[in-house]
Formats: sequence, structure tokens, C-alpha cells
Amino acid sequence: MSLSPTNALKHSGSLFALFLDVLRTLPRRPLQIREFIQQSWFIASVTILPTALVSIPFGAVIALQIGSLTRQLGAQSFSGAASVLTVLREASPIVTALLIAGAGGSAICADLGARKIREEIDAMEVLGIDPIHRLVVPRVVASMAVAVLLNGLVSVVGVAGGYFFNVVLQNGTPGAYLASFTTLAQLPDLYWAELKALLFGAIAAIVASYKGLTAKGGPKGVGDAVNQSVVITFMLLFVVNFVMTAIYFQVVPQRG
Amino acid sequence: MGVEICVEGLTKSFGHQVIWQDVSLTLPAGEISVLLGPSGTGKSVFLKTLVGLLKPDRGSIWIDGKDVTRLREHDLYEVRKLFGVLFQDGALFGSMDLYDNIAFPLREHTRKSEREIRQIVLEKMDMVGLLGAEGKLPGEISGGMRKRAGLARALVLDPEIILFDEPDSGLDPVRVAYLNQLIVDLNAQIDATFLIVTHDIASARLVPDNIGLLFRRELVMFGPREELLSSGEPVVGQFLNGRMQGPIGMAEEKDAAQVEQELAELDAGNHRGPKGGKGASGAGVTPRLLPSEGIVRPPRWEEIAEYEEKMQRLRDLRAASKGAVGVDGPGVTGI
Repeated sequence: MSLSPTNALKHSGSLFALFLDVLRTLPRRPLQIREFIQQSWFIASVTILPTALVSIPFGAVIALQIGSLTRQLGAQSFSGAASVLTVLREASPIVTALLIAGAGGSAICADLGARKIREEIDAMEVLGIDPIHRLVVPRVVASMAVAVLLNGLVSVVGVAGGYFFNVVLQNGTPGAYLASFTTLAQLPDLYWAELKALLFGAIAAIVASYKGLTAKGGPKGVGDAVNQSVVITFMLLFVVNFVMTAIYFQVVPQRG
Repeated sequence: MGVEICVEGLTKSFGHQVIWQDVSLTLPAGEISVLLGPSGTGKSVFLKTLVGLLKPDRGSIWIDGKDVTRLREHDLYEVRKLFGVLFQDGALFGSMDLYDNIAFPLREHTRKSEREIRQIVLEKMDMVGLLGAEGKLPGEISGGMRKRAGLARALVLDPEIILFDEPDSGLDPVRVAYLNQLIVDLNAQIDATFLIVTHDIASARLVPDNIGLLFRRELVMFGPREELLSSGEPVVGQFLNGRMQGPIGMAEEKDAAQVEQELAELDAGNHRGPKGGKGASGAGVTPRLLPSEGIVRPPRWEEIAEYEEKMQRLRDLRAASKGAVGVDGPGVTGI
């Protein structure tokens, strides 16, 4: 990949074009239910375990930091509130994004890239079948669905991990921890986090599909495509996360 | 009946590199055409342009009254349903077994029941000699089997146009002979328009109605088989005889002075270097391959068979007269 500015523009343009194509193809019949279920199962199977394993220490780190911070500030009664808020609003969408991009996206990209260089995608087009309709859309929808579900999983595991570390290891009071849950956090926090996860899932799958479908140059080309797809997805996800957080504070009134 | 393909002034380049320019030819409906050319002259690119996978820089491709190069994506998918394409390595879907691969177009495009699909798939698999291998994955079988499975998949929707991308590459001579016979038989049975891209000259001599030759970024010649086989054009002569002497070099084309010198040598009867690579078997028009015995020949093939018989009698007559007079001639050429 050369580093000329026009090339970068061209790739961004094609990526956006694929995004529009996916949107346009989304309602086209017949819906690829079978492919969607297979892909959902596949993405879930490669992401569930790592997600759970990542979110436990993630919740623990947050609990430790907040536990000591609240003690320093003399606001122990708020430790539960703060840790729930952090896990729900930021930690779980970010963990979901990393795993969807790292585990799900790379798998999608490798799969489509391998098909591309074996001329399977060309063969499919020649057989009169649109690969965006047949392959990309089911993957994007599957990735979005799994991201939303994963986000719920991370929230639960993260909060549980926080509780364990705060109450059991740092000798917090269980009652105060639980009672303060709802002092700062509110339901829109969860809705917004799920919306973030939904968008992250779509971005990860579209970038992965784009990179996979444009892979060229044999097996090495597929490796490069997977690598680039993960890097690009990470960058996009963090930017989108920032923008969505900024919008959230403008749109949803905060408690307290 | 097959569909005519009319290509006008087609030009394709990648960046600054021109692949071929101003290619114009008409593939007559229902006939078999072969496109020859040295490696790297963009034969596969030409096939991909025909089915609209690549967009040419200029020119048009008329199929069934529509210009493929200017069609919208949606209409392009409709036109592609006319095509069956055999890719170089078969391009089978790696995650499906052979049966599902061949059934794939039927399941996607038709509302046939599984029983009907099974009947059609098994019929096509029998045609290419793959019965019994339904459950195998593409990764588990040889290149020749992959190729035949790819052919079965290309045939399953009864296409009007069939494109073959190097059907002989990676196959042993016996399988190539079977495949050639299969191509001719298919043509007699389904009447589709065939285009075969190859550099196997033995097949190019046996199988087609028309031959085209791509060289030096253009279509050197396209016409009936006999016209090319008896052509005096240096490039055509060199390629069809697999000679080293002539305009085609190892890396690229040779410089003009060297070509002239080599052609002069040839005229003087001074051959050097090996020849006859890839099945190039001496000069002149050789007999054509006809459909197998059991196959009902349509009128077109009846005519071809009659003509071939006449030519064969002529050749026999010549050989006999030469034998009688005792002239030690240069063999049968130019018929």
C-alpha cells in the first residue's frame, strides 16, 4: 500500500461506498437467514470466552482505582456508583469493540480475503450472486447483534468483578456498594452503551469485509489485509467512541 | 441456441501499463472459439472483462443487445446468468463439499425442490466423471477434479455462453484429451457459445471453429480455424508451431532487426532450436475433433463432419499421389 494522499482518500471513499452498499442491500430479499445464524454463532464463539476473560480484570482494575480514589477523597459511599458508571458507560463498549474488531473482524477479514484470492468471490459474481448481499450483509448484521449481546455480558461481568474486588478484597461495605448503584448511573447509560456497541459491531464488520474483499497478492496479501483491518477498525472505533460520548453528554441530562 | 458476443475497440490498462488495446472480434453464436496468446498477454483479463468483473478503459461488449461495459450493477447480474465460467483452479467454494458447490447456483437462482436439484447435480457430475465424489471438500481433491467440478458448476444453470480459463493447465495429456472431447460433445448437445482461453496449441488445433491470437497488446488475428492454421503471419506461425525463431521472445518481444534475421533464416529453411512445445505439431491444417459417436449431432455439426470427411479424402488423395510419383515433398501443408 503506497502512502500517497490520493490513495488514502480513494480507500476512505471506497470504504464509505461499501458502507452505503450494505445499507442499500440490507432490506433486499431473500434475507440470508442461514448465513446470518452461522456467522452469529461463529463470531460469538470466537469472542465470548476472550471477552469474559478480559472483562474480569478490567472490572477489577476499575474497582481498585476507584476504591483507592474514593478513599483518598473520603467518598467511600460513592465507590459503587462510580465503578458501575465507568463499566457501563465506557469500559464495556470499549472492551466489546476491541474484541469484536480483534477476534470477530480479523476472522471475517481472513475468511473473505482467502475467498477473494482463490477467485471464489469472482466465481460468485459470475454466478449472478452479489457477494455484498450474500456474504457481507449477514456478517455485518451478525456482528452488530453479537456486539450488542457481548456489551451486556461485559457489563454484567465487569460490575460483578468490581463488586468482588471492592467488597471482598478492599473490605468495602456490600450494602453501601449496592445501594449507591443508582445514585449516578441511569438507564439511558445502558441504552447508549448498547447503541455504541451496535455501531462498533457494524464498523468492525464493514472494515473487515472491505479489506477482505480488496485483498490481493496471494496469502501474504490476506495477512496484510487482516493486519490493516484490525488497525483501521481500532482507530475508527476510538474516534467514534469519543464522538458518541460527546453527543451523549449533550443529549441526555445527567443525574445529581 | 447460444448468444453472440460482439466486442468493439476494447482497451484495458492497469495504471500506465496497457494490457491490450483496440480488440474487436465477434464470437459467433453457438460456435467454439479459442483465444491464444503467450503468457502474460492478458487472456484472463479479457475473460474477466467479458463477464464484467473488470471495467475496460474504452470500447464495448455487446451481448444479447446489451453493452456489458455500461450496465448498472443490477442488470449486470442478470446478464451474468447467461454465463458459465470455468476458472483456472475451478474457484470452488472451499467451505462446501462438491455436491453443495454444484447445487449452489440452483439453490440461489431457482425454486427447484431438493429432489430436482439432486437429479440435475448428479447428472452434471456424471457428465464430468465425478460420481461418487459428492461428499469431498475442494481441498481434498486433485487439481483435475477441482477443474471438472468447476465445469459441472458452470453447466448447472444451462448457460448460453461458456468461458474456459485455461482448461488444460495442470492436467495430464489423457485428461486434456478427455476434456477436449467433453467440450466438443457439450457444444453439440447444448449449442452454447464457447470461448476457451489457453496456450495449449494441440487443443487449439483440434477443438475450435475460430482462433484468435493476442500478442504485443493487441489481437493479432481472429478468424476461422483453417485461416489461422494456414496463415503466413510470422507471430501466428511462430506461436502455432512453438518455435523459438520469430517475433515472440522469452521476456518480451524481440527487437525488429533480430526478428527480421530470424525470419530470413526460416525462409531459407534454416530451423534452429527446439520447437513443438505445448503440443504444437507441425504446420498445416489438421483434422478436427468431432462429437462422440453416441451424441445426436445438430445440423451445424453434421456440416462440419461432412466437410472434415471431404478434407480427409483430399489429404489421403494427396498423400497417395505423392507416394505414387515418389516426390519427397514437405508434407501436407496449406490445406
